[in-house]
Amino acid sequence: MELLIFYPLALVSVILAFLVVFNKNAIGSAVCLIGMMLGLAGVFVLMQAHFLAILQVIVYAGAIMVLFMFVIMLLNLKDDDKGWKMRERNVWLTSGTGVLMIGVLYKFMDTTAEAEFNSPATVPDNFGTAELVGTSLFTDFVLPFEVASILLLAAMVGAVVLAKSKVD
Amino acid sequence: MVPLSHYLIFSATLFSIGVLGVLIRRNAIVVFMCVEIMLNAVNVSLIAFDRYMNQHDGQIFSFMVMCVAAAEVSVGLAIVIALFRNKATVNLDEINLMKW
Repeated sequence: MELLIFYPLALVSVILAFLVVFNKNAIGSAVCLIGMMLGLAGVFVLMQAHFLAILQVIVYAGAIMVLFMFVIMLLNLKDDDKGWKMRERNVWLTSGTGVLMIGVLYKFMDTTAEAEFNSPATVPDNFGTAELVGTSLFTDFVLPFEVASILLLAAMVGAVVLAKSKVD
Repeated sequence: MVPLSHYLIFSATLFSIGVLGVLIRRNAIVVFMCVEIMLNAVNVSLIAFDRYMNQHDGQIFSFMVMCVAAAEVSVGLAIVIALFRNKATVNLDEINLMKW
């Protein structure tokens, strides 16, 4: 039953990810990326990570993609990438990366075929809810949480300074 | 029940697509989007391991990944805008001022 939900979601996500790479204009890529992120939110729900799924929709598909759209339209990149072709000098690098990734996939299949990982652990009912994740976030991981807030503050200041004035 | 390997292969596939995009596209904004694909792929595998081991540390980690992604995108797009003001292009092959 879960497989019937997982396969369409995964297929749609992978196809949309390919479309992000091979789309001719940047707006099309951004729309495909939004679709891919919504598909991933579905996969997260399937893994009972409800809180993360909601965050995925709000933060990624909402905030980050709006930022992308905004910048694409601000720069008016309609025909900047017209007739794009592969970067010739990177073809060998790309092929090598592909070979390495096939190796990684093979290793994955090899390791995870062991029985320990074949069926999911039995989890409590509130697994992945905001309550459980939030409790963990504010007790065990409170220092990383605060550091993340400083990181976001620094990023905000940096973005304002970078985009404000003409740099030369 | 979906075996863990399915999730991991899904995640690795998405990551490879992201790497492919970073390597072959020349539009800086599309390259950023491909970086987002890679970050999302990592989130999938973190949450999958979480689910199969009955932990929630991985969800905290993917929360942090989302924070870093938001910071990265805001600073990165600010850099793209600053770059566009100076050179009027987002083509990565034409931005070679710091190339040795």
